[in-house]
Amino acid sequence: MAGVQVANVSRSFGAHKALDDVSIDFPDGGFYALLGPSGSGKTTLLRQIAGFDFPDTGRIAIGGESVERVPVEKRRIGMVFQNYALFPNMSVAENVAFGLSVRGEPKATIAAEVQRALDLVQLGKLGGRRPHQLSGGQRQRVALARAIVTKPRVLLLDEPLGALDKALRVDMQIELKRIQREIGITTIFVTHDQEEALTMSDRIGILRDGRLVQEGPPEEIYDRPQSEFAATFLGDANIFRGDATGNGIRLPDGTAIAAASGASVAVGTKASCAVRPERIRISTGAATAGADIANVLKGRVSKRIFAGNNSTYFVDHDGQTLKVIVQNSGAERLAEGQPVVLSWSSESTVLIAA
Amino acid sequence: MGDQLATGSRRGLKPALPLLLPAYLWLTVAIFLPLSAMVFFSFMTDLPLAGKEWAFTLGNYAAFFSQSLYSTLLLASLRLGLEVTLWCVVVGYPAAYVLAKVLKGRSREAIFLLVILPFWSNGLVRIFSWAMVLREGGILDTALNAVLPFKINIDLMYSYPAVIIGLVHSYVPYMVLTCYLTLQAIDDSLLEAGRSLGASRLQVLKRVIIPLSMPGLIAGAALIFVPVVGSFMEPRILGGRTGTFYGTVIEDQFVAVFNWPLGAALSFILLAVVLIILALAAPVLRRAG
Repeated sequence: MAGVQVANVSRSFGAHKALDDVSIDFPDGGFYALLGPSGSGKTTLLRQIAGFDFPDTGRIAIGGESVERVPVEKRRIGMVFQNYALFPNMSVAENVAFGLSVRGEPKATIAAEVQRALDLVQLGKLGGRRPHQLSGGQRQRVALARAIVTKPRVLLLDEPLGALDKALRVDMQIELKRIQREIGITTIFVTHDQEEALTMSDRIGILRDGRLVQEGPPEEIYDRPQSEFAATFLGDANIFRGDATGNGIRLPDGTAIAAASGASVAVGTKASCAVRPERIRISTGAATAGADIANVLKGRVSKRIFAGNNSTYFVDHDGQTLKVIVQNSGAERLAEGQPVVLSWSSESTVLIAA
Repeated sequence: MGDQLATGSRRGLKPALPLLLPAYLWLTVAIFLPLSAMVFFSFMTDLPLAGKEWAFTLGNYAAFFSQSLYSTLLLASLRLGLEVTLWCVVVGYPAAYVLAKVLKGRSREAIFLLVILPFWSNGLVRIFSWAMVLREGGILDTALNAVLPFKINIDLMYSYPAVIIGLVHSYVPYMVLTCYLTLQAIDDSLLEAGRSLGASRLQVLKRVIIPLSMPGLIAGAALIFVPVVGSFMEPRILGGRTGTFYGTVIEDQFVAVFNWPLGAALSFILLAVVLIILALAAPVLRRAG
């Protein structure tokens, strides 16, 4: 096992800068999600770490050893591809054995290791099948067994759950996490699905246009996003824009928004505040600003979406539509067009430099 | 359920009949009838022309077994087919690989055109242009002597290598095309998966690419081997005196000696031998594929 260090890596394809001075420290034994929209450079970064492509500049180290010019086959990595990339001309067992047999391991060792890997992914009895005889979820498990049977230093996953349906995907998330914990392997996981990144990883790096926007534990990024992009890409957020006041911002209509955390922004300059929809309280009566509800806004319900365990209210305030998520507690539901008062604490508000 | 399926398929065949008819009519007229006539000829003592006497005989087939010349030539032709097929693999497979996996867009189209070009040129023109290249004092000879500091004599004309060169040139596009199609269907992520598992490029070639492109190799080999065994034009023009093969002997029967019955019998013996070889090779090849 080993951690992975990426330092100042840049990679251009023609005029397009796919990676622009990216530095990330992937901790040993951690589960790290690279999150970003398509074209953000997350897959390019994964391919640099794997060794399918070399960076123009910068360093990549696996377990402290520089590898940025080492070809894939010498990096001792394991990789699971988006389409699984199982060899169709081989059985499940032969697929899993491939990595060991090209290393010239003795046959008895290979057979034992393959069986262990297949047992780990709960496919112990399917070694004789061909890939085309398996379901999507089973192929996924074979691809994982094949990637870890060689005891790689790092496991790379390229949107491995993208091709599965929703229910199976949740199962596989739990399964993948269990296997990762069991063998304690450093894992780097590329995804565009924020929910997947939040639930599975212990660290997330958000990429956009080839740059690292923010990185840290999921809770930290969710609670203290450092940019509007990070706030809206990882989870949902209401963004207010105005002039910095020292402890928050003042909106164009004069309302002050108090923020307890976030960047320090010089008074008078442009800044934004982000508030998560589930942190806002919605009521019909007058809510007075107090110690725990520093922020109060009046508005009108424009739309309500009922989703079983919760409801999402869209509330218009001064030309801006705000999103509020309310747990269904049995309390009275608000009608569309109803005037409401929104309130939330300054601790729920993050100040973001423009 | 089974009944429904059956009537369904019967109903499906009727509308298809007008679509199938032209092809089958053509096959009947263009292949089946002449071929039947040839089978008929092969059992005759002479052609039934100009009131000549003729009778049924097995003598034409017996001639193959009584004279060792025919079986010797057939063996030589089989060896020729094998060698040409091998050279087509050696030349065509790497080209197909580069076309399918390395080149993209415009350059792929351009190279593809170069590969297909011999297909579109007239066979005789192709062969006679090789004659100009290969003969003593020809293009190859002159070019090599212009570059090399010592005098050499390249006279490949009327030799076995000249026949091989001409045949490989004619048939290599089949190998390129069939291999290109199967290679192109191999997902690049399979090659990447192989290397991520620690396999060198050579190991990926041996254990992933070649097995997955085996159907293309087999199809190409069959398309080349069968006509080369019976070929006569390249052996005659480029081989000269050394270019006597089974195919040229058959051609002689039809064109020079005018012994159609013997020519037809020799042709059907060739057909039988080739079919036996393909049948024997099938299980082995199927396992490899």
